[in-house]
Amino acid sequence: MTGKTFRPVDETELAGVVAWAAADGVPLEIIGSGSKRGLGHAIDADHVIDMSERTGIVDYEPAELVLTVEAGTKIAAIETQLGEANQQMAFEPPDYGPLLDHPAATATIGGTMAGNLSGPRRVSAGAARDHALGMEAVTGRGEVIRAGGRVVKNVTGYDLTRLLCGSWGTLAVVTRFSLKVLPAPEMTRTLIVAGLTPSAGCRVMGEVLASQHEVSAAAWLPADMAAKSAVDYVSSPGTTVTAVRIEGPPASVLARHDSLRSMLAAHGPVEELHGHNSGMFWKEVRDVAAFVTPEAAVMRLSVPPASGAVVCDRVTASGGHAFLDWGGGLAWCSFAPSPATATAIRDIATSLGGHATLIRAGEKLKAEVPVFHPQPAARRDLSRRIREGFDPRGILNPGRMAMEV
Amino acid sequence: MTIAMPQPDPGVLAARDSFLGELAGIVPPDNMVTDEAGLKTYECDGLSAYRELPLGVALPETTGEVARILELCRRYHVKVVPRGSGTGLSGGALPLKDGLLLGLGKFNRILDIDYANRCVTVQPGVTNLAISQAVDHCGFYYAPDPSSQLACSIGGNVAENSGGVHCLKYGVTTNNLLGLEIVLMSGEIVRIGGKYMDSDGYDLLGIVTGSEGLLGVITEVTVRILPKPASVSTLLIGFDDLASAGDCVTRIIASGIIPAGLELMDRAAVHATEDFCKAGYPLDVEALLICELDGPGPEVGELAGRVEEIAEDLGAHTIRRAASEEERERFWLGRKSAFPAVGRISPDYYCIDGTIPRGRLAEVLTRMEDLSTRHGLGVVNVFHAGDGNLHPLIMYDIDKPGDLEKAEALARDILTLCVEVGGVLSGEHGIGVEKRDLMGTMFSDLDLKQQQRVKCAFDPDGLLNPGKVFPVLHRCAELGHMHVHRGQVPFPDLPRF
Repeated sequence: MTGKTFRPVDETELAGVVAWAAADGVPLEIIGSGSKRGLGHAIDADHVIDMSERTGIVDYEPAELVLTVEAGTKIAAIETQLGEANQQMAFEPPDYGPLLDHPAATATIGGTMAGNLSGPRRVSAGAARDHALGMEAVTGRGEVIRAGGRVVKNVTGYDLTRLLCGSWGTLAVVTRFSLKVLPAPEMTRTLIVAGLTPSAGCRVMGEVLASQHEVSAAAWLPADMAAKSAVDYVSSPGTTVTAVRIEGPPASVLARHDSLRSMLAAHGPVEELHGHNSGMFWKEVRDVAAFVTPEAAVMRLSVPPASGAVVCDRVTASGGHAFLDWGGGLAWCSFAPSPATATAIRDIATSLGGHATLIRAGEKLKAEVPVFHPQPAARRDLSRRIREGFDPRGILNPGRMAMEV
Repeated sequence: MTIAMPQPDPGVLAARDSFLGELAGIVPPDNMVTDEAGLKTYECDGLSAYRELPLGVALPETTGEVARILELCRRYHVKVVPRGSGTGLSGGALPLKDGLLLGLGKFNRILDIDYANRCVTVQPGVTNLAISQAVDHCGFYYAPDPSSQLACSIGGNVAENSGGVHCLKYGVTTNNLLGLEIVLMSGEIVRIGGKYMDSDGYDLLGIVTGSEGLLGVITEVTVRILPKPASVSTLLIGFDDLASAGDCVTRIIASGIIPAGLELMDRAAVHATEDFCKAGYPLDVEALLICELDGPGPEVGELAGRVEEIAEDLGAHTIRRAASEEERERFWLGRKSAFPAVGRISPDYYCIDGTIPRGRLAEVLTRMEDLSTRHGLGVVNVFHAGDGNLHPLIMYDIDKPGDLEKAEALARDILTLCVEVGGVLSGEHGIGVEKRDLMGTMFSDLDLKQQQRVKCAFDPDGLLNPGKVFPVLHRCAELGHMHVHRGQVPFPDLPRF
């Protein structure tokens, strides 16, 4: 990159630069800390807009459960501040830094929302986009816009905030987000069952998620991945692990723990993880720690939860590795980079009615396999028209989602 | 009617017979309404102050029919107003004189119940309650529960992003939706999401939800269902002043408790409902809270105890915990009868919907009283206090000259107040025609133009439900144009480059 890096001091200045770039059709790459720069196709940009200095909590009222924050603020910094009031971002924002060859704990809220990235609690608490209440942004026209608000119930105009979540910086540069935050649980317990096949694991996860025990997360790991865990209870049995998490006030957690434990005991030996171990285990699942290996490519499949086992079986048969989060609805797959394997894994998602995203891959693989799931023509064209409305010259992160004609 | 709707297109009115003739080739005669008496059934939705007869009514039964109807409408330049059950309170389904009313009532089948994936796929005309009823015997339910759930359709819920009493804990429609099938004005059928979490590409589910029928016609909906909570505890808490009730709401949430529902009724509402249905409410209170906690048994009991402590600490005058399901239903009876109860003490009432930050409850209620006095019309308050979603009921008499105008003026002042304290114009009813002209209090011209550019991506000719949501209609060609001020933003001069 021979271009310049621009660090806007405020949204007026940012709008000025984008308006200039729009006038001349100059493509721009938008980054926060850059920790997810490797996710998506290569961006063909002349200059960089670096939002990493746009940091700070603008407004936080714990009693309102609302946080307004500058887009470049690090997730870690937000979590520290929320922790002081015993609150959290319930969607459990993941840290894909190491998975994408970047340092840990550098991810920003802007990047996390731009990718709509959520951790294990997604299955019970919703995705990142479900916690977005409002935003301020500069469109690809160089115009400052606001949408949404700072309240949870709001049907006032189109929900542009949600539209921008998951748009990977191709519609507008978000400068601020207002987020819904929630009380952090007073107590957490994780129950693990050893030795279940993918299909038995999926069935058990479905069963507990359909129960009245308010399970907050459910994951299944194959034996070789469980063996890599830093948590002894997970690595030592030398077999697969199905994990179920419950959270809440102590009396409630203990009571649910007892009933869940007897439910699970019917399927295999049950162990439990308390405080620190439980936290460490779910962080490993959240951040896909087992797949942080330099040589492997990683894909993420979103499928109907009961189909998770099918993904595991087929990926394993083709020589890859897979584990399940979101009660089976999210399958993480690791494989030796090859377009044929990547396409075969994506086809599994398609055949199950889901979709696949290539999260970690070298430029060579990305040149042959689309990072984002190919869409039917009507939806693809609609998305292109939406983009044209925000960014008519296509100057924001061009190429990243490979939407260009 | 005091709101201007788009001028009817004389060409469309002149070509009515030919248009309806072609329409008859798409839907059977029983699924068309063209006579004046029949059209009158559709002249308004739940916002009955605004009425208009549509050009005609079509009641298609398949997605294919919808697609062909929309193509036909586009060819004739006929506007289209989609309608579910017609229970909307902001006039989103108000007909247009030169527009076809597209009723989705015949899309009334439950297509798939999938317990393994905890989701249900239905046609848009299925009622909200019917979804919960269909899965009830297996211990599941659909969480958003608007008070009209017996009648309102799930398609309408998606269009208005409906909430309800229990969305404080379980979210509104957008948080409980997995998939949609929509038909665009071009006749193209677009499927979004499915039985999995997080649709791929742009969040089209997000943008269509709450778009008030302006982007596409919804023909299929997939929602997630939840296991019914193991137990429920409901508290009735009375206060001598509104401010303490407001504080109680704030303290409950601040203490880390998220009740399933947290409702507030003011003195007038308590008296009106008690006269109407004898729920057994205390009459010597200024504010009454209903706090419902649900979840695992031990949790519910513990949290109910904590709420009681907070209430006591704030000097609550009455604290009752429902000892039986029968008592719990009685607690809710008054709240659920509030609207008809107000209907009995006032010839007409106008239900407002706005959201404010919880912490401003007491202040807003006090200022609302002043506004009510100033405009000379009474206001009864029953609302979802937990999420700051107000529903003031303005009492007026339509037969009294000037009363409706006074009610509308008071409503405008109340909504402006909501925005002024950091809230929004609508929490769950939508903008429709009702609040269309107030959009400028919340959004700049740029904000609104960007929203309309999204509409252009879906409906470039602006034929789908025009006159709703946006106070000023811009042509898409004009919105697409980019104003370039070359040279006004000299790149090298920008600091810190």
